[in-house]
Amino acid sequence: MAEYQRHEHDVLVIGAGGAGLRAAIESAHSGASVGLICKSLLGKAHTVMAEGGIAAALANVDDRDNWEVHFADTMRGGQYLNNWRMAEIHAKEAPDRVKELEALGAVFDRTADGRILQRNFGGHKYPRLAHVGDRTGLEIIRTLQDHAVHQPIDVHMECTIVSLLKDGNRISGALGYDRERGRFKLFEAKAVVLATGGIGRAFSVTSNSWEYTGDGQALAYNAGASLQDMEFVQFHPTGMVWPPSVRGILVTEGVRGEGGILVNKEGRRFMFDDIPENYRGQTADNEEEGWRYTQGDKNARRPPELLTRDHVARAIMKEVREGRGSPHGGVFLDISWISSKLSNAEEHIKKKLPSMYHQFKQLADIDITKEPMEVGPTTHYVMGGIRVDGDTQMSSVPGLFAAGEVGAGLHGANRLGGNSLSDLLVFGMRAGKYAAEFAARQSSAKVDTQQADAIVRVALEPFDRAGGGEGPYQVEHDLQTMMQELVGIVRREGEIRRALDALKTLKERARKVSVTGNREYNPGWHTALDLQNLLTVSEIVARAALERKESRGGHFRDDFPEKDPSYGKFNIVIRRGANGEMQVTREPIPEMREDLKKIVEENK
Amino acid sequence: MASNQSFAQNIVESGQRAAARSNTSAGTETRAGTFRIWRGMGASGQLEDYSTSVSEGMVVLDAIHQIQAEGATDLAVRWNCKAGKCGSCSAEINGMPRLLCMTRLSELDLEKPVTVEPMRAFPPVKDLVTDVSSNFRAKKRIRKFTPRPPDAPDGTWRMAQSDADRVQEFRKCIECFLCQDVCHVLRDHQLHEQFVGPRLLVHAAQLEMHPLDILDRTDELKESHGIGYCNITKCCTKVCPEHITITDNAIIPLKERVVDNHYDPIAKLVRLMRGSKSTDTGQGEAR
Ligand SMILES: Cc1cc2nc3c(=O)[nH]c(=O)nc-3n(C[C@H](O)[C@H](O)[C@H](O)COP(=O)(O)OP(=O)(O)OC[C@H]3O[C@@H](n4cnc5c(N)ncnc54)[C@H](O)[C@@H]3O)c2cc1C
Ligand code: SF4
Ligand code: SF4
Ligand code: FES
Repeated sequence: MAEYQRHEHDVLVIGAGGAGLRAAIESAHSGASVGLICKSLLGKAHTVMAEGGIAAALANVDDRDNWEVHFADTMRGGQYLNNWRMAEIHAKEAPDRVKELEALGAVFDRTADGRILQRNFGGHKYPRLAHVGDRTGLEIIRTLQDHAVHQPIDVHMECTIVSLLKDGNRISGALGYDRERGRFKLFEAKAVVLATGGIGRAFSVTSNSWEYTGDGQALAYNAGASLQDMEFVQFHPTGMVWPPSVRGILVTEGVRGEGGILVNKEGRRFMFDDIPENYRGQTADNEEEGWRYTQGDKNARRPPELLTRDHVARAIMKEVREGRGSPHGGVFLDISWISSKLSNAEEHIKKKLPSMYHQFKQLADIDITKEPMEVGPTTHYVMGGIRVDGDTQMSSVPGLFAAGEVGAGLHGANRLGGNSLSDLLVFGMRAGKYAAEFAARQSSAKVDTQQADAIVRVALEPFDRAGGGEGPYQVEHDLQTMMQELVGIVRREGEIRRALDALKTLKERARKVSVTGNREYNPGWHTALDLQNLLTVSEIVARAALERKESRGGHFRDDFPEKDPSYGKFNIVIRRGANGEMQVTREPIPEMREDLKKIVEENK
Repeated sequence: MASNQSFAQNIVESGQRAAARSNTSAGTETRAGTFRIWRGMGASGQLEDYSTSVSEGMVVLDAIHQIQAEGATDLAVRWNCKAGKCGSCSAEINGMPRLLCMTRLSELDLEKPVTVEPMRAFPPVKDLVTDVSSNFRAKKRIRKFTPRPPDAPDGTWRMAQSDADRVQEFRKCIECFLCQDVCHVLRDHQLHEQFVGPRLLVHAAQLEMHPLDILDRTDELKESHGIGYCNITKCCTKVCPEHITITDNAIIPLKERVVDNHYDPIAKLVRLMRGSKSTDTGQGEAR
């Protein structure tokens, strides 16, 4: 029926951020024929926006660092819900993946003796983040992209995948459309790697772009794969709050890493007021010590601004709620104060945080070398995602792999800053490798065009209703506002239930949206299709949030404000039941290996 | 501590200033603005007027999104980061090549319609979206980074920050292609296949001046990348949102390398021009 452009690859990588690019490079290196797909132009994925740095225990700045400390930090940050095998592999392999980037041309900031410089970040015991000013993501994506274009990889830019295709139980390819012309494309593949990133557009205040509509999570879910930890959404403590049009745009944690401090409108450094028990030993108890830490004093403990993100975000919310916030509903983040400590503070700030300087100057008329910024929490990252095997990154669907933000396991209940970029490289590489191996063992899978035709028919329905129903933007907007209010930073059972009800209505509305114009580069149509995924992941987040009746990491329940040890023993897993219903189960976390337990103990 | 005292004072004052800003022109206070936007498929199209309300702090991209949501649902525009980091949202605003997400409405005269057009140097696709694929093809033709053997037994290199600085300037490029858009060689003469353009020369400079790279790309810069077409008008440098000094720091040194290896009349002319005071090619920058 429908006409397709057909493409055949051994490995199809969906997503061209850090994870997808690294996977594609590895698959190609293993000799597989590779297709690489992205919704935007090449090099514009979220990875390009990452600012602060990439975590790896290179020990260039502090030689006490090693993989064991990084492992322990990651587990503590994730409140022990992490897939410990992934945390182990990540901590061990991240240094090699970073060094490898340098071999591909990346130019990181340097130490005095010419090695890769590392900076402090929340939850990391030692300065661990390799960085390039505050544009580390750009450096990483460009390095990978420039390398990938010289490899035998077919890049399909501005192409959106709307469904995975299966041949019986196993994956056989994917169906998408090219955004420019609106033509459908049929990809046949022996293995598929999902590297589509996150879900931040499900909320109204977010640091994420239009791309983050949870496509990969929804594609995998619809194909029968399991998702886990979806209740854990990271609200980054410092997003811009003013002017309204930039609300949510990220202010890197690097500002605090370089000595920036959080204060309320009374000028009080409120982060000293509440330091969690399990971090007390590692946290400075006076301002002087905190400052020395940011300046590299190895005997100093970190300032409380560098506690984990979930904690800092809630502390900010508390100040705002109790009336001590800044004029526009945030608090102050000040780096300009370091002029009382450094004679060249202005130059120093511009050198260390150039894009923050620019961002505030241009978008908010604020010179951060002279004035404090106003900041507040913003939806940033999803710890949960597709449940995978820790070594190979394969999901529960044979031939379907996942890496990067779309995958789950490494971060548990809360991700440490800098651990995402390293995640992309470590597990992107592994997914690429094992997908190529998987593909080599398979005969070609069969793509069922009837299956594809049915999907195409549904995808084109919004045009059939042209002019007859409401547009997709209003539904999307209402969904975001609803999720922000009812399933945001602070959650309660009643509100989550209201969200689930609201989702029913929104689904009805989404089923009837209409779009005008033709199929060529039509954002209205694209939004109508992405909306389906947003609805699916929003429901998954809400159901998981309802199930976890405790507070831990990124998930805070006002009606269960304490951590409950019995909830520390399992992950919440969601998959699609035989009749299309959402099944929520509790999957026990396997007992940690003895040697790893010892490492955790030693680093307590 | 005494400094703490004044510090708290500073915060309080800054809060008062911020509050004052919001009182005079709160985000709630709006006015109407007219946007004259290019609507078209392929080469054919026309400017159409849209009116929408604008409030403090908005950038042109916000206005475009608002117009989309208010009815022009199929208005095509590229964007991602909304913070000048991804280089997706390039367009021509009142005839100036700019990023839509970094152009604040407060900088523009809203008494008149704000014209928003696609980058004119590239084949039009739809509305504000153009076909920029030539830039991606051009990069494939530039030979890739090739490092010298590692300096240390663990496979790593040593590099001074001062050496890193030079290429880090070029590596800031966000591939917005605004420089390609203003370059007359591409825009007026459409020599996309003969001349790689300023963005790709920045890329080549980054490779050539990379402290670890060992290839010499001067031959192909002259023969196939068309560096000779550039006559140092510096239009590219003026529009770069990353403030990369494209001409002086990237192109001229590359041209000099080429001259050192070949005879290149324009580059020679450039050197003469740089030495003479009688040209108007931006003496300030040329040093
Ligand atoms: C502002 C900001 C700053 C950050 N700073 C840091 C930091 O300093 N350190 C750190 O470690 N992490 C940081 N993060 C987090 C980190 O950048 C992201 O988690 C990471 O880049 C995600 O990479 P990825 O490869 O998984 O996905 P992405 O880079 O987002 O790539 C996703 C890709 O999938 C494609 N895609 C999605 N859906 C589809 C579909 N349906 N069809 C086809 N293609 C599709 C997209 O087009 C894109 O190419 C930051 C995030 C943000 C937003
Ligand atoms: S200086 Fe050269 S590259 Fe730049 S715009 Fe002029 S001719 Fe083009
Ligand atoms: S050099 Fe500047 S103007 Fe040209 S593409 Fe890069 S960032 Fe844009
Ligand atoms: S949207 Fe990224 S630069 Fe404008």
